[in-house]
Amino acid sequence: MDMKKEKTTSSPQKKKSQAQLILIRFTKNKLAVIGLIVLVALMLTSLTAPLWLDYSKVTHQSVRESFQTPNAEHWFGTDQFGRDLFARVIYGGRISLFAGLVTIGIAFLLGIILGGAAGFFGGAVDTVIMRFTDILMSVPGILLSISIVAALGQGLFKMLIALSVSLIPRQARTVRSAVITMRGQEFVEAARTYGCSNFGILFRYIIPNVLGPLIVGVMMGLGGVILQIASLGYLGIGIAPPTPEWGTIISENQANIMYHMYLGIIPGLFIMIAVLSLNFVGDGLRDALDPKMKN
Amino acid sequence: MSEVLIETRNLKKYFPHKLGQVHAVDDVSLRICAGQTLGVVGESGCGKSTLGRAIIRLHQPTSGEVLYKGENILNLKGRDWRRVQTQMQMIFQDPYSSLNPRMSVKQLITEPLRVNHVAANKAELEERVRSTMELCGLPDRYDNVYPHEMDGGRRQRVGLARALALNPEFIVCDEPVSALDVSIQAQILNLLMDLQESRNLSYMFITHDLCVVRHISHQIMVMYMGQVVEYAPTDEIFENHAHPYTAALLSAIPTTDLSRRNRERVVLKGEVSNPINPKPGCRFAPRCPYASEKCNEPQNLTEIAPNHFVACHECAKQAGG
Repeated sequence: MDMKKEKTTSSPQKKKSQAQLILIRFTKNKLAVIGLIVLVALMLTSLTAPLWLDYSKVTHQSVRESFQTPNAEHWFGTDQFGRDLFARVIYGGRISLFAGLVTIGIAFLLGIILGGAAGFFGGAVDTVIMRFTDILMSVPGILLSISIVAALGQGLFKMLIALSVSLIPRQARTVRSAVITMRGQEFVEAARTYGCSNFGILFRYIIPNVLGPLIVGVMMGLGGVILQIASLGYLGIGIAPPTPEWGTIISENQANIMYHMYLGIIPGLFIMIAVLSLNFVGDGLRDALDPKMKN
Repeated sequence: MSEVLIETRNLKKYFPHKLGQVHAVDDVSLRICAGQTLGVVGESGCGKSTLGRAIIRLHQPTSGEVLYKGENILNLKGRDWRRVQTQMQMIFQDPYSSLNPRMSVKQLITEPLRVNHVAANKAELEERVRSTMELCGLPDRYDNVYPHEMDGGRRQRVGLARALALNPEFIVCDEPVSALDVSIQAQILNLLMDLQESRNLSYMFITHDLCVVRHISHQIMVMYMGQVVEYAPTDEIFENHAHPYTAALLSAIPTTDLSRRNRERVVLKGEVSNPINPKPGCRFAPRCPYASEKCNEPQNLTEIAPNHFVACHECAKQAGG
């Protein structure tokens, strides 16, 4: 009898805070943890690069040393100008990773605000916001970014704005449709009976319930963003050479990839690893934030 | 009788529709006294839920008045409305979709208190949540349990606790037990009745289950297509019902009494007619076995016995002699 009582009371009687539970659920997902570790490692190496890797190596050219395959001195080999690929990839991560993260961060936030408002309030607000996103969507993303950069001028910060703007419409639409399905739920009506404000309902009741799929979607978007940064660089309106950045490294070596495969494979691998880890982290985060998942 | 808590006068709620107006609630006047329960019955889509929601302004009524302790509340704003709003809460039919799946039991019950800033400090807040949970039979081990981890009955207890947290005087119960199985239904109904006794609560109990409504109500209102067809004290409805629609509803109650198993059933023919821009006159007439020419005229609620109102000229005539 005592044993039984113990058992029935012990399972729900968890005095852990919400944050602790989220952490527990997140660590249950091994892939997500590995993804997070890899991502943090990548960010730390590129962030601390100036402390242990001389920037001059990134731009130092030497025709004698061109097209070296990976060796003890040049870990990742050298490109056609004899520049050290390792240094370029490490420093390139500074731009690719942070530009990518900032861009999807901005798109995520603005997407939630715009899509949330459109879906929640409906009517005129919805029409105005959705027609605005329609206009943005009717222009191909890359063309939109080019126009914005052309209007604002070149530079890392301006490029970030350009990229975010081209991501917002899709994000806003996803949020809007998710919010519309949640809006009619009885618990939203219940919140109104005790006088919860519109703002409170949107951010305490609706957004938390639609966050999961949004996080995954936005994480998936990161790969696309890194590639877009590269395409802008390739078109000469993104990051100006010789500043390295993963996409640019691939595009500037494009002509030589046929005979010197490592020039494409190595930076490509970095992009892939970063995107993959981020997707794993996104998956893990989605499950961790969902109380329906087992602890 | 005790003081009238909630009163509606000619309450109407029309919904716009591309073909006209849906008369969801049409000209409903009712009174609910403190500590009493008004049962609202009728078939699906007859406007009972809309009526409940219109009274607490979840749907702003099209016209008419809702009086709370004699004060019309339909045009109240800001602080005045808040004060009244916290006195009128609601329990929903579906205990699954009416609780935010991202909140634990404790958070759910804290919400109304938090939103209305009723507690002076954390300790008081904690204390009120604790006492409300206890009242509804939820021990503190449920604090961190999420709705999906509970069965329907427990969830409905949480819904009830959430409604009670603000200490309201009036609760709209929108089919609170129809999603539960019978043994749990009894638990929740008894809980509701105990609370009514100890806190002098008034309920508007919306249901289509006549057995339940007889058990819990002091008065019963029968609705058909947005209108009141019969309105009387519970015993009066069950023993001396007058309206043919009420008769049909009551004859549909299953019985365990074998001697009555061959009793006459009133089976209605046809379907509920279109609630968009209905014609004047009795809306039940197309299905009524006693329909006559006079049914095309608007029907007034007539008192045929003390507190017993019927919207049928035929019934009124018979009662009048």
